[in-house]
Amino acid sequence: MTALLETHNLSLRFGGVNALSDVSLSIEENSLHAIIGPNGAGKTSLFNCLTGYYKPTSGTVTFRGADITRMGAAGVASLGIRRTFQNIRVFPKMTVLENVLAGAHLRARSNLLAILVGTPGFRRSERDLHEYAMTSLEFVGLGEQATKFAGDLPYGMRKRMELARALIADPKLVLLDEPAAGVSSVEREELSQVIGRIHDNGISVALIEHDVELVMGIATDVTVLDNGRIIASGRPYDVRNNPDVIRAYMGRSRK
Amino acid sequence: MELFLTEIANGLFLGAFFALVAVGYSMVYGILRLINFAHGDFFMVAAFVSYTILGAVAVGHAHLVWFTVIWVGLLVMFLTGLLAVLANRLIYHPMRRAALLSLMIAALGLSSVLENGVLNIPSWGSAFLTYPVTSPSNGFTIGPTHFTWFQLIIVVISGLLSLGVYLLVSRTLLGKAMRAVSEDRVAAALMGINVDLVIAVVFFIGGALAGAAAVMTGVYYGQINYLMGWTVGLEAFTAAVLGGIGNIGGAVLGGVVLGIAQSVGTGLFGAEWALVVTFVVLVLLLWLRPTGILGERVARRM
Amino acid sequence: MPRNLVADQGRRSVLSTKLPQRGAILILGVLAALVPHMTGNEYYLSVAYQAEVLICLAIGLNLVVGYCGLLDLGFAAFFAIGAYTTGLLSVDRHWTILATILPGVAIAVVCAVIIGLPTLRLRSDYLAVVTLGFGLIIQTIASNLTQTGGPTGIYGIPVLTVGSIVIQSATSFYYLFLILLVVFVFISFRVRNSRIGRAWLCIREDEDAAQAMGIKIHRYKMYAYMGGAVMGSVTGALYAPALTAISPPSFGFSESLLILMAVAIGGMGSVWGAVLGGAIVVILPEAFRQFSQARLLIFGAMLIIIMMTRPRGLFPEGAFRGTVKRLRERFNDRPPPRTLVAPPEAAVRDAPSEGP
Repeated sequence: MTALLETHNLSLRFGGVNALSDVSLSIEENSLHAIIGPNGAGKTSLFNCLTGYYKPTSGTVTFRGADITRMGAAGVASLGIRRTFQNIRVFPKMTVLENVLAGAHLRARSNLLAILVGTPGFRRSERDLHEYAMTSLEFVGLGEQATKFAGDLPYGMRKRMELARALIADPKLVLLDEPAAGVSSVEREELSQVIGRIHDNGISVALIEHDVELVMGIATDVTVLDNGRIIASGRPYDVRNNPDVIRAYMGRSRK
Repeated sequence: MELFLTEIANGLFLGAFFALVAVGYSMVYGILRLINFAHGDFFMVAAFVSYTILGAVAVGHAHLVWFTVIWVGLLVMFLTGLLAVLANRLIYHPMRRAALLSLMIAALGLSSVLENGVLNIPSWGSAFLTYPVTSPSNGFTIGPTHFTWFQLIIVVISGLLSLGVYLLVSRTLLGKAMRAVSEDRVAAALMGINVDLVIAVVFFIGGALAGAAAVMTGVYYGQINYLMGWTVGLEAFTAAVLGGIGNIGGAVLGGVVLGIAQSVGTGLFGAEWALVVTFVVLVLLLWLRPTGILGERVARRM
Repeated sequence: MPRNLVADQGRRSVLSTKLPQRGAILILGVLAALVPHMTGNEYYLSVAYQAEVLICLAIGLNLVVGYCGLLDLGFAAFFAIGAYTTGLLSVDRHWTILATILPGVAIAVVCAVIIGLPTLRLRSDYLAVVTLGFGLIIQTIASNLTQTGGPTGIYGIPVLTVGSIVIQSATSFYYLFLILLVVFVFISFRVRNSRIGRAWLCIREDEDAAQAMGIKIHRYKMYAYMGGAVMGSVTGALYAPALTAISPPSFGFSESLLILMAVAIGGMGSVWGAVLGGAIVVILPEAFRQFSQARLLIFGAMLIIIMMTRPRGLFPEGAFRGTVKRLRERFNDRPPPRTLVAPPEAAVRDAPSEGP
């Protein structure tokens, strides 16, 4: 399997805090790579570095071998990498449909003149985009919410919408930041299936999760972070039985 | 050359006023990310209120005692602080969850209300009013330039007030609370900090400083006008950005630098272009060093 | 492939809001066109076209503030640039009015780039003060240069002729600005329902998330600001011949604030909001002439109250949606459709990556 997104000795410092120390991991193509670890381990910071929101203090991030460390968020997105956010960031005063259409920003090609004149090319492009958006919404079961304002949706639906918004871009890799946070056990089962189906469709997935059971069920690779460092990496079964990992999760309470 | 030095000296004193207003502007921005457009108008209202109080007190006295000016000044500082706190309580606080854009527009509305309110009060109005106290011109000379004692007093008072605020923010528990709220309001609240109180204190300090600046401006320049707050507000904000927004030392430094720049600019091009100088300085700054001379201190976004 | 019933509902409701909208536009358009026939009073007509001018400016500002969320406090500067360019070129160099429009727009856009490039890259908060300063500079330049006529401004601006049509009376300016208004509204809607408009809204709602969509936020902010510059300057260019004499006081901060108030009060991010807001801001003071001194005071208070109670203005985007939906349901006389949301499994026929 070829490496899709890799980090090499990635370190990130804020003031006196080492958010990440010497992190080298590799997300392979067609994998479903879970990143787990206790709170504050640096998982979201890692995602932020991978997606161009943070500039690491040292180390590099490469995509298919090309250095993307200094590339901004929009640049990373243009490579076909999409993400969801831990605290769900939707566009509240835009409709659900428009939120998803926004995700397709890079798929639309019309220039200003075509837009103003209303050329057939522009109209066709808009129709197609609306099609893709509705399909994407149906995929996550939000077809009938299309005209609601995203800010009015309940939490679970917003999460699904964020997913639809990421998928419409036809991404090569999606990074999901705690997709199962705050969802009920029924929804978690559905979510697990949806993520599995995304993976089956050839999209690589990287996923931050606390819910270890969810992860073990669907992940192909697991990396464990603790205090900004990788303490284990490999197949789910191997990682789960790794004593360092167990200590990281359990050891804290023994003070 | 002599003229040039005088201009620089004048700029220094002008800068002292900018600095005081800039510190307040900067602190509110640092803690709320809000550009309080009405801040300059707090300054203006303070000038008018002090004008009226001093005018009333001066009735029957041929000459105002300096002691009177001082206690009126302190009173006005207190009242302006209250005005700022009131503005926050009535307008910004209820809007704390609204989009920043709406908040800034509300601030504009407040600015408009204050300016036009003053405009419509019969005893005030649109004319340039003469301040009841004038600064004495006795002073001393260093080299070719003549300084008055009052100018020295202005610099000293500004310096002391700014230093006081700086010490408050950096050394006291209250200051630490302010910094905490600036960084992360939610976390600060979770630590048990009374965020609303801290914000109110910040507004009070900003208002009080503006009040002090207003009284000194009135005495120094001898004239007040209902639009004085607007221009000072613009200049104070530029000064704050120049020195590094959210940064008290920066606001002071920015105030001084801008004061000098304006003074020299006025000397070279004429008074009408003073604000243009301010603006050009601001744009150049944003092109070259957007974080300001001393760097900014505002909450990170992600 | 078999269609999902639920999705069809979504598709239909997305499209069907367009019809009542088009109906409303048509009715309003016809009414507006008839106004001069209802009253021949020159005074009312001049108030009317002043309102149209403000509405045009508000629509332009709406691109910047309403769609993109950038606080521009110096919009009158673009208005001034358009007007003064027209004034100078037509009076000093005897250009025809129409020929002066393009140079005015060009200058406005260049200024927008100079101001916008450093500011928009960094903190949009600063844009507010920078634009304020910009407005001030333009006004100061206009007031203090002899070339621009100084404090008295430029007078003797020639008559606007479009081909063989002479536009000189209040009535003809009413129609001229009505046409301009319609064009601006059309442009706004077109751009709004394209990737550009959506990108702007995303930037307004959440810049960081917008970047995650691949939107180059600084570039699009620049587009919004430039779009406003174009609309402002074109309006200014056509306003010059309407006044025949222009002077600096018409292009100051009060004017910028007034335009902003129109957008903020009427409804941010909504073209109709801008139209309504513009109408309110011009017509209200005319109705209460005796309070003209306190006009800005009242508007300031209104602004505060509206921002506190309806932060997005009286009629922001989507404000009419509830009404339209209820009207449709009432006329169709059936209850709103009830459907079950299909669980994700059933909804998947083909994933987006294998789309059409």
